[in-house]
Amino acid sequence: MSDATFALVATGAKILFVWVIALATILPNLVWAERRVAGMIQDRPGPNRVGPFGFFQIIADGTKFFMKESVTPLYVDKLLYNLAPWITLMPGLVTFAVIPFGATLPVTIGGVTREVPLVIADVNIGILYIFAFTGLGIYGIVLAGWSANNKYSLMGGLRASAQIISYELAMGFAAAGVFLAAGTLRLSGVVEWQQQHVWNVVPQFVGFLVFLIAAFAETNRLPFDLAEAEEELAGGFHAEYSSFKFGMFFMGEYANLIAASALLATLYFGGWSLPGVAFTGVWGALASVAVFFAKTIGFIFLFLWVRWTFPRFRYDQLMDLGWKFLLPLSFFHLIAVAAFVAAK
Amino acid sequence: MEPGLFFFWLFSAVVVVGAVGVVVMRQPIHSALFLLLSFLGVACLYVQARAELVAAVQVLVYAGGVMVLFLYTIMLVNVKRQRTERYLHRQAVPALGFGFLFLLVVGGVVVNEARALAGKAPAADPAALATTVIGSETVLGNTQAVGWVLYRDYLLPFEIASLFLLVAMIGAVVLGKRTMERFD
Repeated sequence: MSDATFALVATGAKILFVWVIALATILPNLVWAERRVAGMIQDRPGPNRVGPFGFFQIIADGTKFFMKESVTPLYVDKLLYNLAPWITLMPGLVTFAVIPFGATLPVTIGGVTREVPLVIADVNIGILYIFAFTGLGIYGIVLAGWSANNKYSLMGGLRASAQIISYELAMGFAAAGVFLAAGTLRLSGVVEWQQQHVWNVVPQFVGFLVFLIAAFAETNRLPFDLAEAEEELAGGFHAEYSSFKFGMFFMGEYANLIAASALLATLYFGGWSLPGVAFTGVWGALASVAVFFAKTIGFIFLFLWVRWTFPRFRYDQLMDLGWKFLLPLSFFHLIAVAAFVAAK
Repeated sequence: MEPGLFFFWLFSAVVVVGAVGVVVMRQPIHSALFLLLSFLGVACLYVQARAELVAAVQVLVYAGGVMVLFLYTIMLVNVKRQRTERYLHRQAVPALGFGFLFLLVVGGVVVNEARALAGKAPAADPAALATTVIGSETVLGNTQAVGWVLYRDYLLPFEIASLFLLVAMIGAVVLGKRTMERFD
């Protein structure tokens, strides 16, 4: 097998792996997990009838999405109305392309051993790529809100656009600290740096907090889900969506949640690495993949935990928190990191 | 046609179609979305020119930031679809004439330049542009190259430009605040 063919096959296998693990395994189970965790936190059973621990509830839920009538209201902007759910789904799916999910895996075929880095595309501009696509994902919500020709949807779309613009800046500044310390925009470089030194969460705890809060806002999760706010806006941007298209918003939210968790684990908690452990060989690489997904699932749990614990922010509180607190804080944090890096 | 050339024409077509769509569409939101398409096309051209950093910043700032604010404003003030009004009244004929003249001038310069460059080696090797020599070490990558040029060779113009932006921002805040007080 030539090098070029091998690279092609390896990349295909990696894409398939991430697809199967992250999107076909974690994502559907997340729907079940969310409801079980909600039950646990609110001291009630949660879905527990279908299968063991209610595990097959996801099949029932999924079938429901497919079987319901898909209603398209009159006077909607057809093209944008149908396009919006797809745009929402996109950033969560493409983010995984640049996140390293394991150490290098040695593969021996026909007596030749090749090292396969476990990241789909280790691009130079890693984090900028992620921010660029997350920035585009907002169009899904904004266009859904506008195209549905409903004032509640429009309000949701407006809220979402203002919210994401506000929190993107703080998130960017917080993440910049990580890359300043590591000296590269490559996510694999960031993981390597943390492996050699210390997890970023220790020296950059402030940045971690800012990034975490901004991640909640960027994924539209409670306490920042003002774009849907079912009590005030009756679902907001997806008020006019039903059946499978609504299901896509649903999946999009979870895909973004998984991506945000993976990013948090990579930037601040060492990605696939563990302090003092060298992951070598085939088993080492597989163990590192397990470590990475364990950390990601830990963050996913944190997202669920917060959702079922905190009440929603008011809109002016959300803006105050973003502009008057997180943004200055992340800015001073960045300056502090820069001073520290320069002094070293 | 070689693939590089094919994609160049494809992305260029996207940019031009986007730009035409901005002025032709009657629904302001659609115009804004065509502008977005144009921006994305330009980003693709940057990627093709191996300027990945510029491409990412283009998407991040223009597509992710500026255009979202455009959409926000259009949605907030609820600009309605243009129905009956014609865009061009008596300007149509002079506009076409001047447009044609402009095309002639710009096109002439471009064609001349292309003729002069035909057959010559490219002025710079894209791969070399992505490498920077800092002190004794060679650093690979676009980001380092841009950072190095921006913060060393062109530090003063860069700082002056950022000062201008700061002044503009403070001006915008002051103007916005004054109108707020008047309405209160």
